[in-house]
Formats: sequence, structure tokens, C-alpha cells
Amino acid sequence: MALETIQIQDKLVETFGESVFNFNQEKDIFSLEVAADKITAVILFLKNDETLRFNFLTDLCGMHYPDGEVNRQFAVVYHMHNWYENIRIKIKVFINGETPEIKTVSNVFPSANWMERETYDFFGINFIGHPQLKRILNMDEMISFPMRKEFPMEDGGRTDKDDRFFGRTIDNY
Amino acid sequence: MSDSNINMVAPPEGVVGEGFFATKLNDVVGLARANSLWPLPFATSCCGIEFMATMASHYDLARFGSERVSFSPRQADMLMVMGTISKKMAPILRQVYEQMSEPRWVIAVGACACSGGIFDTYSVLQGIDKVIPVDVYVPGCPPRPEQIVDGVMKLQELVKTESVRRRSSPEYQELLASYNIK
Repeated sequence: MALETIQIQDKLVETFGESVFNFNQEKDIFSLEVAADKITAVILFLKNDETLRFNFLTDLCGMHYPDGEVNRQFAVVYHMHNWYENIRIKIKVFINGETPEIKTVSNVFPSANWMERETYDFFGINFIGHPQLKRILNMDEMISFPMRKEFPMEDGGRTDKDDRFFGRTIDNY
Repeated sequence: MSDSNINMVAPPEGVVGEGFFATKLNDVVGLARANSLWPLPFATSCCGIEFMATMASHYDLARFGSERVSFSPRQADMLMVMGTISKKMAPILRQVYEQMSEPRWVIAVGACACSGGIFDTYSVLQGIDKVIPVDVYVPGCPPRPEQIVDGVMKLQELVKTESVRRRSSPEYQELLASYNIK
């Protein structure tokens, strides 16, 4: 029997109560929000539960909403995949904009190690308990977190670039 | 020898007499250097593919004395930087340049090596001339092999006319100092 989304929702609410909310079907993927302090437990539950069996962490990434309220300025998004029934799920966790930090899931999925490092590298989100939280793609000397909206996309040392050709003027003239 | 199909470079300007030929040392050294430029390919992306075509038999860069592609910077004369250089790669490029012995020349092949190209972004070096001095720029995205050959020929002209004393001149030392090399 195929795993229904309502089953997933019921199981999660039964186990975590108030900590899981905002269930909705976004296009073809079932989505929910999780309270930041429960994320490791939820991921572990989704992975190990006998009926849910979300055995694969497809993706982990950050998002920045600088205009949101302080406690919802950063989000960490987890995509999980049940290989047995080919069902995917998306989990969003909103965290504080001033001290963005969340517990690591690298102890549940070792693959999260590099994805969390990448998220730290680009957003400066601190993953508590991560074994080696340092930059992975950008150069170590970098001081900015480039995917945060307050940092400019272009390099400050550019000398011969014409803004018109990079979509950086309003009407491209 | 008369029926063979070997092209030789013309001798430099000089005085010819019976049994002797007199010319400037500068010209002879320049001629020798210009026709045995050993390239060091530093290829990071698609321009490197064009360079492979340039080296292969159809375009045959070996015609210009660049038969031996050197993969050791210590035995190369001409550093050819082809492709996007990210900021993380910049110290490595610089180290490769520092390991080359004098005289050394640099060709920036392609838009990315010249100016960062379409990558107007925080992670990409906006032209390799931000970290090492460049002699010849070859534009294009990517440039065709003809353009790369043209760049090498332009460099040969530079090499031919370069003074043998240039590398110890104060101007050259100043240039290197401005890049903080040595």
C-alpha cells in the first residue's frame, strides 16, 4: 500500500505535536515546517520509522529572507526521499536572523556534513555539533557570506565591466 | 637540402661579407628565444579545449618552435592561462608564475583570463593581471585556434625586440614589485 501524505502528517503530529506545522502540498512535493530545536529528532524519526522510511537526504540548503521578522530571516531546507515508494518530502526550518544557528543532522546523515559546510560557507548559518564547520567552496580568507542579500554579488575589484551587459542597470541602457 | 621543404626564419639585420656575418647580440638572442617558446598550459575550462586544437596537427603550434609543451613551470618560457580563474585558484597561478625562471612571458587566453568574462561575481578573479603581469591578451569566448596562434605570434614579436637587459632593468623590477612578486 502506498504511503499517503496524510499518513506522514498524522505520524509526525502524533510524535512531535506542536513542533511540526504548516503542512501543505506545494506542487508535487509535500512540505512542512519544523521548530528549530526539534530538527535532528524529526529527521532521525523520518529516517528510521518503519512506515515512513525516508532513507535519503537529497538536499540541504539555506535561504535568506532579510525582510522577514527577526526570527524568520533564515531558513534551512531539507529534502528527503523515500526510495522504497519514491516519495519525497520537504522540510523548512526558520531560524533567527541575528544569531542563525541550528543543530546539525550530520550525525544522522553523514552526507549532510558537506552540505552543512556549504550552507555555512554561503549563509553563515552555524550548525551546532558539526564536526568540522569551515568553508568548503570559497577561499578561506573570505569574510563575507556571499549568498546573504546584504553582500554584493559582483567583485569589488572589477575594472572593465560594463553594467549594461550584466543586467545590473534598470533598463539595460 | 635544396629540394627539402624546410622553412627557416630570416636572419636578423646585419652586415654580410665574405665568410662573416655581423649583427647585434640582442637580435640573435631574441631570434633564438622567439622561435623556441616552450608553452606551459594552465587550462581550466573551454579555452583549454581550443588550445588542444591549437597544439594538434591541423593548427600545429609546433611550427612556431613550441613543440614541447612543458608541464613543469621551471622549464617553460610562456605561461598560457586559459579559462576562468577563481579567486581560490589565484594563489596557485601565482605560485606557478613564481616557479618559472626568467625570461618568462604570459598570454591570457580568452575573456575569462583577460577580465573575468561573463563571470561578474565575487568568486572569480577579474582578470589574471590582478595577480601576475600579462604580455599578450587574446580575446574571445573561447578564441578560435587562429586567434591563439595570432597571440603567440604577437608574443614572438615582443620577444624578438626585447632587450637582453630588460629583465634586470629597474622598470621590470618595479613591475614585479607592484605585483609583490619576490
